[in-house]
Amino acid sequence: MSEMLVTLALILGKLLFIFGVVLFMAAYLVLAERKILGRMQLRYGPNRVGPFGLMQPLADVIKLLTKEDFVPARADKWLFLIAPGITAVTALLVFAVIPFGPTLEIFGRQVPLVVVDLNIGVLYFLGVSSMAVYGVVLGGWASNSKYSLLGGVRGLSQMVSYELSLGLSLVPVIMMARSFSLTDIVMAQQSIPFMLLNPVAFGVFFICVLAESNRIPFDLPEAENELVGGFHTEYSGMRFGLFFVGEYINMVVLGSLVTVFFLGGWHGPWLPPLLWFLFKVLAVCAMFIWIRASMPRLRYDQLMNLGWKILLPLSLVNILVTGAVLLGLG
Amino acid sequence: MHVIRGIRGTFQPFWVTLRNMFRKPVTIQYPEEKQQLPERYRARLILTRDPDGAERCVACHLCSAACPVDCISMQAAEAEDGRRYGAWFRINFTRCIFCGLCTEACPTLAIQVTADFELAGRDPLKLVYEKEDLLVDHCGNNNSYNFYRQSGIGVAAPRGTNPGETPPADVKDLMP
Ligand code: SF4
Ligand code: SF4
Repeated sequence: MSEMLVTLALILGKLLFIFGVVLFMAAYLVLAERKILGRMQLRYGPNRVGPFGLMQPLADVIKLLTKEDFVPARADKWLFLIAPGITAVTALLVFAVIPFGPTLEIFGRQVPLVVVDLNIGVLYFLGVSSMAVYGVVLGGWASNSKYSLLGGVRGLSQMVSYELSLGLSLVPVIMMARSFSLTDIVMAQQSIPFMLLNPVAFGVFFICVLAESNRIPFDLPEAENELVGGFHTEYSGMRFGLFFVGEYINMVVLGSLVTVFFLGGWHGPWLPPLLWFLFKVLAVCAMFIWIRASMPRLRYDQLMNLGWKILLPLSLVNILVTGAVLLGLG
Repeated sequence: MHVIRGIRGTFQPFWVTLRNMFRKPVTIQYPEEKQQLPERYRARLILTRDPDGAERCVACHLCSAACPVDCISMQAAEAEDGRRYGAWFRINFTRCIFCGLCTEACPTLAIQVTADFELAGRDPLKLVYEKEDLLVDHCGNNNSYNFYRQSGIGVAAPRGTNPGETPPADVKDLMP
């Protein structure tokens, strides 16, 4: 009985830890992005609230909370209200299977640094992350606005064209690690990360992850310049904030996934594992920001072409080649 | 060639953004640093006086007619000596777009622009400037012009005595 209570307390502790860290990171990622983007465009970015603008996330939250929570007339009210939640929650849910450190020994107990070590972690991630697009689509549909609807439709078709390659680019990883569990995948990269073993899969996965995060160059559902704000045109206040935070939580989560699948997770010399993990995630996020500063938005048909005509065949061939090589090596 | 250009076009921006990151931003941190404004910057309007110290404005309504947003209003009045002036003169700076068309319309150079752009405030009524707020004690950008020395028959000087004028012809005289 007490054994179970301790396990439960441990899981709860880990949950709170992850929740806190991810939300904190998401809040400061917004600031970091605005600052880095500013510097890359020869501006300063936010620097008024607190020293170096470090209190900016707090100011943003206060602002968002005090804004009117507006629901357009003739909007589909219930869908409109829950859509932002779907985006944020699904992003958070993925983190349940991400291992962020090796198993710890606390008071003689084995504590794995992951909320649940599912033996089908990869499938869980693929399933939950495709749910995230429902937030975009339902939000766009329920707003009863043409721009939002267009954004939602774009989100959906974008999902269809990259999700396949996303899954297929993970197949070589699974073949090399011989397991669907994320912990095992990290363990398999003890000596050499999969990014070096299979750079093609890494490239395809990274591009798909960019599309998954709805960021430039694949931010078609938002596309400020064409669609006002895309699927979140009609949202205001904290509901818009949820979409926004969801995007950045997603960034952290996808950064962690790139780390887990290809960068060797917490493995690394000298530094403690947790620091290595954090460092790698932040590096991927910095890469996201750098890409956003440097690239234009793809056109709608260009994205489709890229997804169906390049990424999909590439990942299929890659699976065959990886299979052949693995077979050859025995 | 196509491919090479494409690849270069994809990676060059990354180098550009990276280089920019280590440059000094061009931003002027406004309240602490101020921008060097051009000499003829158009901002807050003033009503100037002529070199003799009298009000230049003759309440001719030309500025208010020229104003595209109709933010100037006034009431004309006439003094003992026939000199016209504004009984009241009002500019609503919440509406003014600082186009400067009023200054171009003004025949007396009374209304002029200044470079003072820091007009922001929370109370819009405080931005409605009355004549006392607009009238200044100098000639603005022209120190010599005096409307009544060029025109305005018989107000400041008798007919034909202004510089550049000839006295009126005596119609009862046959001499050229
Ligand atoms: S500057 Fe333009 S808008 Fe302002 S008072 Fe003069 S004419 Fe009107
Ligand atoms: S400011 Fe100039 S244009 Fe306007 S009423 Fe006075 S004299 Fe006329």
